[in-house]
Amino acid sequence: MALLKSSKIISTVGLHPPLGVLSIRASSWWSEVQMGPPDPILGVSEAYKRDTNPKKINLGVGAYRDDQGKPYVLSCVRKAEAQIAAKKLDKEYLAIGGLGDFTKACAKLALGDDNEVIKSGRNITVQTISGTGSLRIGANFLSRFHTEARDVYLPKPSWGNHTPIFRDAGMQLKAYTYYDPKTCGFDFQGALNDISKIPEKSVIMLHACAHNPTGVDPRPEQWKEIADLVKKRNLLVFFDMAYQGFASGDIDRDAWAVRYFIEQGHNIVLSQSFAKNMGLYGERVGGFTVVCKDAEEAKRVESQLKILIRPIYSNPPMNGARIAATILNTPDLYKEWLGEVHGMANRIITMRELLVANLKKEGSTRNWKHVIDQIGMFCFTGLKPEQVERLTKEFSIYMTKDGRISMAGVTSGNVGYLAQGIHAVTK
Amino acid sequence: MSLFGEVPQATPVAVFKLSNDFKDDPNPMKVNLGVGAYRTDEGQPWVLPVVKKVEKLIVADNRLNHEYLPILGLPEFRSSASKIALGEDSPAIQENRVGAVQCLGGTGALKMGAEFLRRWYNGNDNMKTPVYVSAPTWENHNSVFANAGFKDVRPYKYWDAEKRGLDLAGFLGDLETAPKHSIFVLHACAHNPTGTDPTHVEWMQVAEVMERRKLFVFFDSAYQGFASGCLDKDAWAVRYFVTQGFEMFCAQSFSKNFGLYNERVGNLTIVARDADNVRRVLSQMEKIVRVTWSNPPSQGARLVAITLNTAELFAEWKDNVKTMADRVLLMRASLQAKLQALGTPGTWDHITQQIGMFSFTGLNPKQVEYMIKERSIYLMASGRINMCGLTTKNIDYVAKSIHETVVNVQ
Repeated sequence: MALLKSSKIISTVGLHPPLGVLSIRASSWWSEVQMGPPDPILGVSEAYKRDTNPKKINLGVGAYRDDQGKPYVLSCVRKAEAQIAAKKLDKEYLAIGGLGDFTKACAKLALGDDNEVIKSGRNITVQTISGTGSLRIGANFLSRFHTEARDVYLPKPSWGNHTPIFRDAGMQLKAYTYYDPKTCGFDFQGALNDISKIPEKSVIMLHACAHNPTGVDPRPEQWKEIADLVKKRNLLVFFDMAYQGFASGDIDRDAWAVRYFIEQGHNIVLSQSFAKNMGLYGERVGGFTVVCKDAEEAKRVESQLKILIRPIYSNPPMNGARIAATILNTPDLYKEWLGEVHGMANRIITMRELLVANLKKEGSTRNWKHVIDQIGMFCFTGLKPEQVERLTKEFSIYMTKDGRISMAGVTSGNVGYLAQGIHAVTK
Repeated sequence: MSLFGEVPQATPVAVFKLSNDFKDDPNPMKVNLGVGAYRTDEGQPWVLPVVKKVEKLIVADNRLNHEYLPILGLPEFRSSASKIALGEDSPAIQENRVGAVQCLGGTGALKMGAEFLRRWYNGNDNMKTPVYVSAPTWENHNSVFANAGFKDVRPYKYWDAEKRGLDLAGFLGDLETAPKHSIFVLHACAHNPTGTDPTHVEWMQVAEVMERRKLFVFFDSAYQGFASGCLDKDAWAVRYFVTQGFEMFCAQSFSKNFGLYNERVGNLTIVARDADNVRRVLSQMEKIVRVTWSNPPSQGARLVAITLNTAELFAEWKDNVKTMADRVLLMRASLQAKLQALGTPGTWDHITQQIGMFSFTGLNPKQVEYMIKERSIYLMASGRINMCGLTTKNIDYVAKSIHETVVNVQ
């Protein structure tokens, strides 16, 4: 109908009707576009949704759930939102680098209120599209300006999205030993061995706390040795801190490694996310920090970060940053937030303990100590792919193939069933 | 020694520097005709009444949370946004061959489209495909495509400075000589910065050449509704190209027509040959989104989706949009009339002929500098003014200043 109508208009103005209008063009610009492989983590959630088993459990989700298995909107977030609504603010564009009230508070949270770096103005902190956006800006910045080295060394394993982000930005990916599958713990010697061989000036990625996906973090004494070795090797440190507060329940404790490295003279780059610790997942709140030599250098770096940001999305979204800034800058909301983060971390720790207790009750003789030793949202169970497949097929318990479970998906209501399933496939 | 010792200071983005200079100017008569954001007649930002209403709804709804959106965005936003561009009864939508990606503003939509094209269009990772942007154009177009990897971003003739209108012959000529499969960034309406749009007949001629020479259609639609006050009228060109059977991209922004500037609400609408092509394209878009921002921000998209999908709110929104467009039209008419009355040398019809937020005054860089330095009236070096910066209170001052500038500065 519409096609006939338009050809009528064309003949009215005397133009020759293009043949394309009336013939069916079989070819497409996109004939050669392949179907992209499904996302390994999303695929888990989708399969879970389709499952009709009432006992099903989703342990793929990287988002916090309360003990009823429901998403949790923090009370301090709701209060902040109400405060913001009452202010009747406008919706004018933010600066390219984001909301000043947010970026200042973001840096203080990571580095500590009275950190010398902040006092001397030698950091530049820009607001980013959560952790992913921060890593991407960082990767783009290093790709453009860190021309002495193209290699980024990730811990083995690391968050699945690290590799494609850095690769897409033009960097090359290498790895250093990190996880010991024999102990389900940290392979400290292995890590030191590998790090000692990393060529100078390469970028080394460190997870500040609550390593994703293993939940295995170095102890403070081990961090000290790593910092020392990294300095000897003259490596550029890229910290990814997506779980500050969420790991131990204490924001200063979780930022200890970051602050120690800076104290030791490492001028780091740092990505922060507020997705988990403030439950602001979909609002996309994050920060990217470069610790520079001095304030003058920070100004130059800032100008270049803006040049990188503008052709991607011009300037960042306001809503989440405004909420985060309100919480961080309002004493009683900040206090409430610390309590809620502590609460979330505690629930996770409790679930870890419950899971191990239930596994023992089921009669499992395996060593499950790592479930309690690991920290943060994720647990690397040590389950093999075949065991994971059985868990999914026979018990409707969903997790990623590498045996990673999100402890956030565990509740007092389902932990018994979970233990049953895990015991069944591992006995 | 610092790793960043060699990092040079970058030159600031011009339009933001202008705003900063305006802010620091102590002159009480100062006027900001720079940045492209709507202002009321009091010179204030305007949060649309319908937006305030929907925000309250969202805050009050305890079923809503801050969970991640899907990678491609909020489904009800994507589909309703595409309907806005293509029309409810679009044959492409009915034939199930439209896809969409929620993006961070119009910039984000252009970025996603550019990244996809560089990877998958005209071969694989073909960075040599020429990308044509209008001369002049929004300055960020160049950066978006260059940063996506395209090595050859070129201008196509568009603005005729002498006649202060569209250089149609030049435009069509560049279309005829462009290498096949070149990508052309077209402004759907309210061309930024000139405010000069092709007529329907002129668009048809453009389409004819593009079809014949197999050129790729990439629409930038940042002002739908804002230009004429009518959504359908402003979407005529986009919809015409769809009826001509083009596969194309349309980057939509809801910054201006919803006044949601800082919530970064945008949509990349994809029109393809059939559903299967759409499916594969979207699967690859997901990969690109995942390494850029993982998933888009929820607040603004939710707001737009609720508005577009609720009859009374949709009607109220269209009304709010018309309010903005009408004020701009009023300022255009008023400025033109005043310059005419003052007897300012030159012709000023282009002020009312041009459409949308911007006007290319025709003032040259020396005259622009004079306006800024001597009159504290801030406008872009290109002579572009934001009509929204004009109010009934400052329009006399601006008109007199333009008159004085044109008379005294050549």
